Amino acid sequence: MSSVALPGAPPVNLNVVRWIGFQTIVIREYGRIIRIWGQTIVPSVVTATLYFVIFGSLIGRRVGAMGGFDYKQYIAPGLIMMSVITNSYGNVVASFFGAKFGKHVEEMLVSPLPNWVIVAGYATGGVVRGLLVGTAVTVVSLLFTHLQVQHLAVILAAGLLTSLIFALGGFLNALFAKNFDQVNWIPTFILTPLTYFGGVFYSITLLPPWAQQVSYINPILHMVNAFRFGFLGVSDVSIGLAFALMALAAAALFAVAVALMNRGAGIRE
Amino acid sequence: MFPGNCSRNTYRGAVHACGRARYAPRSLALARRSPDPFPMNALSVRGLTKTYRNGVQALKGVDLEVERGDFFALLGPNGAGKTTLIGIITSLVNKTAGEARVFGYDIDHELEAAKACIGIVPQELNFNMFETPYTIVVNQAGFYGIPRAIARQRAEKYLKQLQLWERRRGISRSLSGGMKRRLMIARALVHEPRLLILDEPTAGVDIEIRRSMWEFLREINDRGTTIILTTHYLEEAESLCRNIAIINGGRIVERDRMSSLLRRLHVQTFVLNVREPLAAAPRLEGYAATALDDHTLEIEVSKEENLNGIFARLSALGIEVLSMRNKVNRLEEIFMQLVEGRGPAGEGGRGAAAAAPPGAAGATPLRAGAPR
Repeated sequence: MSSVALPGAPPVNLNVVRWIGFQTIVIREYGRIIRIWGQTIVPSVVTATLYFVIFGSLIGRRVGAMGGFDYKQYIAPGLIMMSVITNSYGNVVASFFGAKFGKHVEEMLVSPLPNWVIVAGYATGGVVRGLLVGTAVTVVSLLFTHLQVQHLAVILAAGLLTSLIFALGGFLNALFAKNFDQVNWIPTFILTPLTYFGGVFYSITLLPPWAQQVSYINPILHMVNAFRFGFLGVSDVSIGLAFALMALAAAALFAVAVALMNRGAGIRE
Repeated sequence: MFPGNCSRNTYRGAVHACGRARYAPRSLALARRSPDPFPMNALSVRGLTKTYRNGVQALKGVDLEVERGDFFALLGPNGAGKTTLIGIITSLVNKTAGEARVFGYDIDHELEAAKACIGIVPQELNFNMFETPYTIVVNQAGFYGIPRAIARQRAEKYLKQLQLWERRRGISRSLSGGMKRRLMIARALVHEPRLLILDEPTAGVDIEIRRSMWEFLREINDRGTTIILTTHYLEEAESLCRNIAIINGGRIVERDRMSSLLRRLHVQTFVLNVREPLAAAPRLEGYAATALDDHTLEIEVSKEENLNGIFARLSALGIEVLSMRNKVNRLEEIFMQLVEGRGPAGEGGRGAAAAAPPGAAGATPLRAGAPR
């Protein structure tokens, strides 16, 4: 059913409703990101600057080359990806949980928008913030090092897929969270350790063989390395496998989020 | 322009046609498409039950029909199931069993279409307090597929009509309680719904604004929008609504025309202010009079009595009446009788909660909870 007639009113094309509804959610999310830019964009830029100053310029000088590149050059893609991950996740978890907490999620739940449009809208909002902050951190990194671009399409695809995955992860976290503590648990106890052990600051070839094998379980390792491959042309993992995993994860997370919304998990009694 | 008119605000893309030319074929299409025996009803609910996870059974087989174009009161005490019922219709609450149709659209199978017809003003404030009223209303229009340019026009129209235009740029948290309520009405109207559900829209609103909101709602209803109103101000329901249902303990215990229901009230109580102080309540043959204080009398008058007799008796006793008022809201009296299980006084309902379809005053009343 793509068109429905309303009594005493013009018929409505549901596909158009979905598209405009999706745009509205994205515009609202973008507006939120820009409105509170001091909380959404600036912190990651400041953090990345500190990483470049301390790990890149001060400690990095003593580290020497990593993977055949200057240490600052090596960590730059990882730092960009780290900001993409934390911001795309953080945007959706904060925004959707805030909407639940303030009850204004009901504005969308009572509307004719199907749940998949709501999930897609919030996920896109997370992607927008992830890529905005990622771009800002890329600009910062250019102040400290020279960034090559070996495969632009790989950079864009890895950035897009990674931000989508973590935006959807943030959505799931927000669905299940019952209070603000639960919003912070996953970023603090899961996301941050996985990111730090995900090859942002080092090549896993520095690790003993058993630790290398364990590292392959870490999905962030694959994302960071795919992204780094786009810039530097080097990777600790198979790029094909990395993209297959990312695509699969994004599809699975989207399906789970929509299924949970349809069941009303966390939003309806 | 109010809901039902669409000449200026017709938007391309989402809308293929406009106006009543499409209305009649739609009714026929509904009748053909759906086995719903009440295709002219804005809302049809059958056997609706809801049991929450904590075991509370909020609805116990609710049957309810609201006619298209009606101004309908849904009353009940706190915890009676009003908000749960509205929550199920608007898909904020999962039902346990039963079915609900909005203009013939089944909420189980045609949810998007059903929701496109509804506008809701909830009991609790549920907008983003950090957004501006203008943004809130424009975005809500977007959730219903209204293009942004038209959404801006409509936001201006409704914010102006609800006297919020001057405050459109400030954050919503800074609005007064009454303004917040009006903002929720503007938000609910921006997509010009065919069924407007108002869950205690005037709670905490001062009487002046409340009365202007009543006028506004009457206008919207006059232009064809069906309105379902829940309120604790029974005067409000009595003043606005043509039909009424009373829900108590998860069941509809009364369903009638407002006028028919009010006619059932057997006794009214009047409060009279008298000029000279009274030592005691005067003996008025045929009336029960009580002195509330030395200048105030309370007199019960049965439905069969006229008021002339009271004044004749008081005049004979040399008591001069300065003013008179009805002590309680008539609907409130019936409401209390029903929810306390006493049944409305007067014909057709004494001793039992009676339920009858609209227009069936004098018809055999149905017992509360009986299958219909």
